Amino acid sequence: MGAVAGEVNATVLTAQIRKERRGAGAASFVLDVSIEASPGITILFGASGAGKSTLLDCVAGLARPDEGRIASAGDVLFDSARGIYVPPQKRRMAYVFQTLALFPHLSAEENVAYGLEDFPEEERREQVEAILKAFGVEKLRKQRPGEISGGEKQRIALARSLVTEPRVLLLDEPLTGLDAELKAAIVDDLRAWNTAKRIPILYVTHSREEVDALGERVIALDNGHVVSAGAPMEVLNAPRRKRLAQAAGFENLLSATVLDLREVDGVMRIRLGESACEIEVPLGYAAAGSRVQVAVRAGDILLATERPHGLSARNVIEGRMISLEQRGTMVIARVDCGVTFVVHITPGAVRALELTAGRRVWLILKTHSCHLVD
Amino acid sequence: MEALWLSTKLATCVAAILLVIGTPVAYWLAYSNWRGKFLLESLVALPLVLPPTVLGFYALVAMGPRGPLGKLWFALFGHGLAFTFGGLILASVLYSFPFAVQPLINSFEGVDRKLLDASVVLGAGSLRTFWRVILPLSLPGVVTAAVLSFAHTLGEFGVVLMVGGNLAGVTRTVSIDIYDRVQSLEYGAANRMALVLLAISFAVLSVVYAVNRRVWAPWPAK
Repeated sequence: MGAVAGEVNATVLTAQIRKERRGAGAASFVLDVSIEASPGITILFGASGAGKSTLLDCVAGLARPDEGRIASAGDVLFDSARGIYVPPQKRRMAYVFQTLALFPHLSAEENVAYGLEDFPEEERREQVEAILKAFGVEKLRKQRPGEISGGEKQRIALARSLVTEPRVLLLDEPLTGLDAELKAAIVDDLRAWNTAKRIPILYVTHSREEVDALGERVIALDNGHVVSAGAPMEVLNAPRRKRLAQAAGFENLLSATVLDLREVDGVMRIRLGESACEIEVPLGYAAAGSRVQVAVRAGDILLATERPHGLSARNVIEGRMISLEQRGTMVIARVDCGVTFVVHITPGAVRALELTAGRRVWLILKTHSCHLVD
Repeated sequence: MEALWLSTKLATCVAAILLVIGTPVAYWLAYSNWRGKFLLESLVALPLVLPPTVLGFYALVAMGPRGPLGKLWFALFGHGLAFTFGGLILASVLYSFPFAVQPLINSFEGVDRKLLDASVVLGAGSLRTFWRVILPLSLPGVVTAAVLSFAHTLGEFGVVLMVGGNLAGVTRTVSIDIYDRVQSLEYGAANRMALVLLAISFAVLSVVYAVNRRVWAPWPAK
């Protein structure tokens, strides 16, 4: 077949997938994406229901796309135009499910050996031993999944998948429910393993923390479509879709009306909700009079007890403190400015500014902290 | 005693045959996405609701010298099928079919689908997935299927009477024997035989419940 650009690098995974799901009752869902994953971790990020797991199922061959093409390391695994469909057992993919799906009736060792059935006994034993060691679970080899703790189960599931020398590793939120330290330790083991193997890893998550911790490259999905792709900072800091914004932790999501555009300055003025409150935001694809959504992180808002002067920030909004609520080492303040803003501040700031409910305050928003959402 | 031995032999044969042919049928019913599946499901469940005499009647007609099965059997073995042990096995297999297939379906369906996905992604085809994952995790269902079809065959009456008649050592099973003795007013002998059947049935059902440790519903509400 012709030399396709994406196949020059032998280990790249490319997938163009279109799959329609006609749910009973629920609105039909269309997954329509084109992705490319090079060796290393590529994060698939999006709210639940965005189509992340369906995408992984299609790549693994557990679900069959209506249309499209999936190729890995130069081999075509699926091509609707040419009628190619390689069944999952022949794809040499590794897939770690959210539930891990360890075989409950087999020991850790037998679970790991499951994918090596075609190997001679001796070799199989060596490989199982080696991978159990690499993931630090060699002591558990005789135990069954029911007798093993959460983090160790995750390691065994990873070992079981990776011992087969897959060409792609698919991870569907495999580390949910683990504390940060354990998560980091497992990710380190995974990275160490992958420096030698250099395969693409597709890592599905809806957790922003995991994106920050793992991030090499992020593909953001919403409602079955890729909404943005690139480095984690670029993708997550400029959400273009409302649900992605919610998933990415934008606590303030406000509807607004566009008042006027100032192309020269690269900004436009909008009015928030039904209030008199007007702010300046980066120029977006919108006409004067149209409705838009604007997302602002609670941690990106400054709070002052006097009207500030001499600031570069363009948006200073007067309001009244509604409530202060301590959550761990952070205080969540709600401020009424005609619309309600959520602002995160430190307990120290609350004391220093003597903030109380009912107090008059000013919120300061940088223009570029206000993100326009489709 | 001859009747008891015959009944046990019959029930053992039937349970074994049902495990062999019931397993693929149950596998298909558990995993197929075919829209017309309900038709086969109804067919499999039919012996649960039909009077044994109806089933026995059709079995007898089919096995008779002019019936399709009877003709085939005669061509193959040179004798008829009705009123033989072979005919009895065939009719009993039909009659006990749902008792074997239903527990198998239930247990196959109870296996977590993600485990099957995991097995397939790890390179196992459907046959290996069946042997290594589905079957080991369905063992209680297999035991239930074997035991229930055994017990159900042991206690059957109507179908045996229709198809097998009452030939000592060939088709006279325990239940027929008891009926005979009651007819001839030998209550003592009937009672002894009935008690043996009661004890065996109780023991066998205890095995099922012990294996499952929960109430088994022959036809779960869906």
